[in-house]
Amino acid sequence: MRSAGSLAGVSDPSGTRISTEAVAKVAKLARLSLDADELRRATDQLSDVLDHFADIDALDLDGVEPMTHPTPISNVMREDVELECLDRDEVLAAAPAAESGRFLVPPIIGLDD
Amino acid sequence: MADSMESPTPTTATDIAWNVRNNLVKATDVIDRHLAAIHDRDGEINAFNTVTADVARARAAEIDEGVAVGRDMGPLAGVPIALKDNMCTRGIPTTCSSKILDGWKPPYDATIVTRLHEAGAILIGKTNLDEFAMGSSTENSAFGPTRNPRDTSRVPGGSSGGSAAAVAAGFAPLALGSDTGGSIRQPAALCGVVGVKPTYGAVSRYGLVAFASSLDQIGPFATTVADAALVLEVISGYDPMDSTSIKPAVGDGTLDLTRQLEWGVAGLRVGRIADLPTGASPDVAERLEQAFDALRAAGAEIVDVQVPAYGYGLTAYYLIAPAEASSNLARYDGVRFGMRVDAADTNAMYMATRTAGFGDEVKRRIMLGTYALSAGYYDAYYGRALKVRRLIADDFAAAYEHVDVLLTPTSPTVAFPIGDKTADPMSMYLCDTYTIPSNLSGEPAMSVPFGTGEAGLPVGVQVLAPALKEDVMFRVAAELERAAASLVQGLEPA
Repeated sequence: MRSAGSLAGVSDPSGTRISTEAVAKVAKLARLSLDADELRRATDQLSDVLDHFADIDALDLDGVEPMTHPTPISNVMREDVELECLDRDEVLAAAPAAESGRFLVPPIIGLDD
Repeated sequence: MADSMESPTPTTATDIAWNVRNNLVKATDVIDRHLAAIHDRDGEINAFNTVTADVARARAAEIDEGVAVGRDMGPLAGVPIALKDNMCTRGIPTTCSSKILDGWKPPYDATIVTRLHEAGAILIGKTNLDEFAMGSSTENSAFGPTRNPRDTSRVPGGSSGGSAAAVAAGFAPLALGSDTGGSIRQPAALCGVVGVKPTYGAVSRYGLVAFASSLDQIGPFATTVADAALVLEVISGYDPMDSTSIKPAVGDGTLDLTRQLEWGVAGLRVGRIADLPTGASPDVAERLEQAFDALRAAGAEIVDVQVPAYGYGLTAYYLIAPAEASSNLARYDGVRFGMRVDAADTNAMYMATRTAGFGDEVKRRIMLGTYALSAGYYDAYYGRALKVRRLIADDFAAAYEHVDVLLTPTSPTVAFPIGDKTADPMSMYLCDTYTIPSNLSGEPAMSVPFGTGEAGLPVGVQVLAPALKEDVMFRVAAELERAAASLVQGLEPA
């Protein structure tokens, strides 16, 4: 089963750890556009880095609890009281475009994919 | 110490604050002197993205007025401080050395900015960094590289290279950086200054632009261990605005450091990691041996321990940090902050903005992180990296059953030439081998200058400690500082 973000099954004819097709797909998912030269260079560099990462392949990690965070904090709550929030005009002044107290963006629907 | 304090031109933060608080030196004169130093030499060094001269002069005048009428202006009264340009300063540009934040002025101050202000410290400028703190040389900046004040053909380290260089060059006695995989400690070592990464959660991250949220931590640069302790006492402590801030059962979480610096190391157990990854150059390895000798001579016991997973830290880090970064940096889409490249629809606008706004290394890490998190690879990369992270934390915990602190090199080498590693990302990543494990475990670590190595350049020794044991870490650092002054040739100001 391939989800929209799946890279599994992307062929890797070069024998490197990651194919140019996979890098192109990753770039698109990350909303980055690479030209042919950049794509080639990124593929080489990412392959090189992923090669180095093979050092953990041999580790037996069965039964090891994944560690997402250094401190065992969860569900941090605060009192349900009003606090001062950021000034709307100051926030909007730092945005590329704003109108009528809102962020202004180009059309969202009806174009492209 | 007292005899060194009454100096007409105090240079350390401790001495400046003492003199200003006692009305012996004017904060305005202190600021003018440091602004003059920046004016003279920062064209060459490029430590600063922004110099806040007017704001600094105005605040200095306030401090002087307060002192004149007998008010307590705080433990850092009149002390200039430089902040890495990824810490939000209200109304003052905060760029992360990225084009994508061009023109953005934060609508709020980071918690550390507020605390420093209340303690009497004076913001003198915002310092250069590797874009979004991704790098080990401060060459990945949209505003050009920072140069090492001790040899301007070499890098200052990174990513907090601007802050390290600013302190080494005498532009400010104090600076703050952020450390995700060594970004305070490595530049501190390469520039010959003290650099501290506190325990994760000891210093509020509210207002620090996020890179890898489970690893990022703010900490100080200083020329002395005492100065680093002084400013860390000011910026540490619980902050309800940061949900990962450590809330102690008793007290406010402020670290207690300065009064213990003279306690020495007699009876402390200092660990030597027998299976430490190789790769340190001979000059660095020799200084580390001298550091062990010095601590032994001062009464510490040197104990061999094992930290088998230490060497896997690099791989775990370069999967976890880019994974978190790919998520954190999704917010730069041309909608809310900084620059936008206009396009016909939002999706095209996101892509055009991000493609034009991010530099090569940031794009590389976003792609690496997106890949590591993607369906089909999540378990093989990100999932395994999280398990390796656990192994490292467990190994440290086991080692700390036998020792109070650990001692390692900070950087495998002294400062390297500008351009040396830019074409080969993996060679740059290897700079972080010794610093990364502390970020993964969340434990404190600091770099202390300990003599010189190749080409007369500074070498740093790293002290690691268990969570919230900064007090013991600083005692060891203070002993190393004393030993460095007597055993090996100390460093003159650059």
